[in-house]
Amino acid sequence: MADPTSERTRPLSPNVQIYRPQLTSVLSIANRITGVVLSGCAVVLVVWLIAAATGPHAYAAVQGAIASWIGQIVLFGATFAFFMHLCGGIRHLVWDTVRGFELRSIYISGWAVVALSVMFTAAVWAVSLCMAGWNR
Amino acid sequence: MNRKRPRSPLGRALGLGSAKDGIQQWWLERVTALALVPLTIWFAASLVAHIGSDYVIFIAWLRTPIVTILMVLLLTALFYHTALGLQVVIEDYVHSGMKIPTLIGIRFGCFALAVAGIFATLRVAFGG
Repeated sequence: MADPTSERTRPLSPNVQIYRPQLTSVLSIANRITGVVLSGCAVVLVVWLIAAATGPHAYAAVQGAIASWIGQIVLFGATFAFFMHLCGGIRHLVWDTVRGFELRSIYISGWAVVALSVMFTAAVWAVSLCMAGWNR
Repeated sequence: MNRKRPRSPLGRALGLGSAKDGIQQWWLERVTALALVPLTIWFAASLVAHIGSDYVIFIAWLRTPIVTILMVLLLTALFYHTALGLQVVIEDYVHSGMKIPTLIGIRFGCFALAVAGIFATLRVAFGG
């Protein structure tokens, strides 16, 4: 496969690797990365629903995979990715109404996205662990 | 090029830029995002509420009409949004000959997954 970029020897703009990471740029790419991660989660959702439709054994197998320690780590990451994309997405929807574009607003909403994502993830897992202990 | 049609004939032939409906994809990504805000929050809250539930309780929950409807809506909006989002990512980063096959693959994959998920949900809802 011919790669058009390999033929160029001049540096191309933007030279992202020489820029200091900033909240704005990091959150921008984070919204994309979490979106791609959540696409994978959407596949898991369908597998989970198909397992539920297939029967108790298939459902138990999927539940077992999710309950394993590696499944729990992935689920924790997925929870954070979900809240990151949700909060970041709402921030984008607000921007689409042509509001909050001042530098100060952008940084306030940016840090709000980070803080809320962490808080919601922690809250959901705290409640989940309580529920798991309560139902056992 | 002229004032009324500020695009080159080549650009038009290659289908680059807006053809008056270029806004549609951008708009639908926002509309599906708006729909997904309540739907995904509902789904996440339901999952947390069902932790520790067994298969029978989960199936009974999924069979309730409102849950079946919301699940179908979630799957529809989710895979529509996923298809549009991944399309933008591919268009931005893939410039090789794989671009078009990947875009087609994403469309096929998202439609197939949405149909499979909706079918599974309805099978649980209407199954014996």
